[in-house]
Amino acid sequence: MKQEYDFAVVGGGLVGMAIAYGLAKRGQKTIVLDGEDSSVRAARGNFGLIWVSGKGKKQVDYGRWSLESALLWPAFAAELEEASSLSLGYSRQGGISIALTDDALAGSVDTLRQLHARDARLTYDILDRQQLTERIPEIGQNVAGAVYSENDGHVSPLYTLRALFLAFERACGEYVPEAPVMSIERANGGFRVDTGKRTLEAGRVVLCAGLGNRELAPMVGLTAPVVPLRGQILVTERVRPFLKYPTLSVRQTAEGSILLGESAEDVGMNDGVTPEIVAHIARKAVTQFPLLKNVRVVRAWGALRVMTPDSMPVYEESATHPGAFIATCHSGVTLAAAHCEVLVAWLLGGQRPSLLDYFYAKRFAV
Amino acid sequence: MQNVSLFSQIDGASPRTVRIVVDGRPVDVPEYANVAAALLYAGVGVFRRTPVGAAPRAPYCMMGVCFDCLVEIDGLPNQQACMVRVHDGMEVKAMAGARALV
Repeated sequence: MKQEYDFAVVGGGLVGMAIAYGLAKRGQKTIVLDGEDSSVRAARGNFGLIWVSGKGKKQVDYGRWSLESALLWPAFAAELEEASSLSLGYSRQGGISIALTDDALAGSVDTLRQLHARDARLTYDILDRQQLTERIPEIGQNVAGAVYSENDGHVSPLYTLRALFLAFERACGEYVPEAPVMSIERANGGFRVDTGKRTLEAGRVVLCAGLGNRELAPMVGLTAPVVPLRGQILVTERVRPFLKYPTLSVRQTAEGSILLGESAEDVGMNDGVTPEIVAHIARKAVTQFPLLKNVRVVRAWGALRVMTPDSMPVYEESATHPGAFIATCHSGVTLAAAHCEVLVAWLLGGQRPSLLDYFYAKRFAV
Repeated sequence: MQNVSLFSQIDGASPRTVRIVVDGRPVDVPEYANVAAALLYAGVGVFRRTPVGAAPRAPYCMMGVCFDCLVEIDGLPNQQACMVRVHDGMEVKAMAGARALV
């Protein structure tokens, strides 16, 4: 029997919307069931890096998958800008990881050397302080050096999300806010999804609800081994452009604001901010870029990363409920293009990319 | 920039004024005014130009929330005019786009 919808995507963050848009633009009748305004939302609090370098130390396919997405991003960004008439602030200048100490630099270089040995496309350049100063004249004199990778870039995550909503709508997708999913059951060869206010049937279901997947996955015989990992971010007043390259903890947006971040704390579902971490982030940024000393911070916020035990994604179709899928990762910005273009081809019945062989939840089973 | 203000002091307000300098022009404004109110009183129509589109902006919320009244005050850029009280000799300048880093 033909269902009301080809696909129901549960979760309207960057993962869910990239997948939903990829489905809708390929002619699938797709509905997105999103949570409440008060739901925890990684997609609305993140930093906006499209980052490859350093990823995949434990499993190089994660680095390759990130690279594949980074390479798809230019066309993906152009398509979203065209569909939405928004400017995403996307650029792929390459990214810089600044090391404050020689030991930190050696550690980064060691990781990148191992990755490059396994896949020559995972390139990097080591910058000593002088080379770093040539690229970033404003860099502080107390940093040890940096590594540069041409594969990295950045984008406005909020404009990306908004553009995905507009593009999805233009592709005749249906978005329903305030629709937390209460139950998913097999029905008529597909699934019946109940949101409390509404029941609908869809041929396939894709769980993209981030931390919410923990409750949803068991409904269709899947597991979501994810936990929250808080990051705090500061944003400054807008200043004239000075920083061409995104770095892991400081980036300047297309509009001129500077985002400062890179904290990681295990504090459960608390997405607040703390004075200690805010001060630490600010101090570190001023060490790296002394000219930020008198720049005003206008806001700070916390957001919860969606982390698996090894930080890498899970993509899986249920063995007991074929047609039910889970997609979860902590790098929803970086991987958005690959989700939209590559993952969707698999969800539509194509062969599962062998690059994703490692990314089953069973790897965590003891 | 228009020089005829639509704002005037209400009856019973303190008649005392201080002299501030707005983009090089000395003006006398009520001594208890915040900078945004003082500039509106003095007929300033454009407080700043936005960093991205260079669009003109004036105060919107007058209570510290909207960040649309940003001006340079005594050499400090991007100050919220509605949150700072005037003082004699204060120098106020419009913000032309994003502040420089020095």
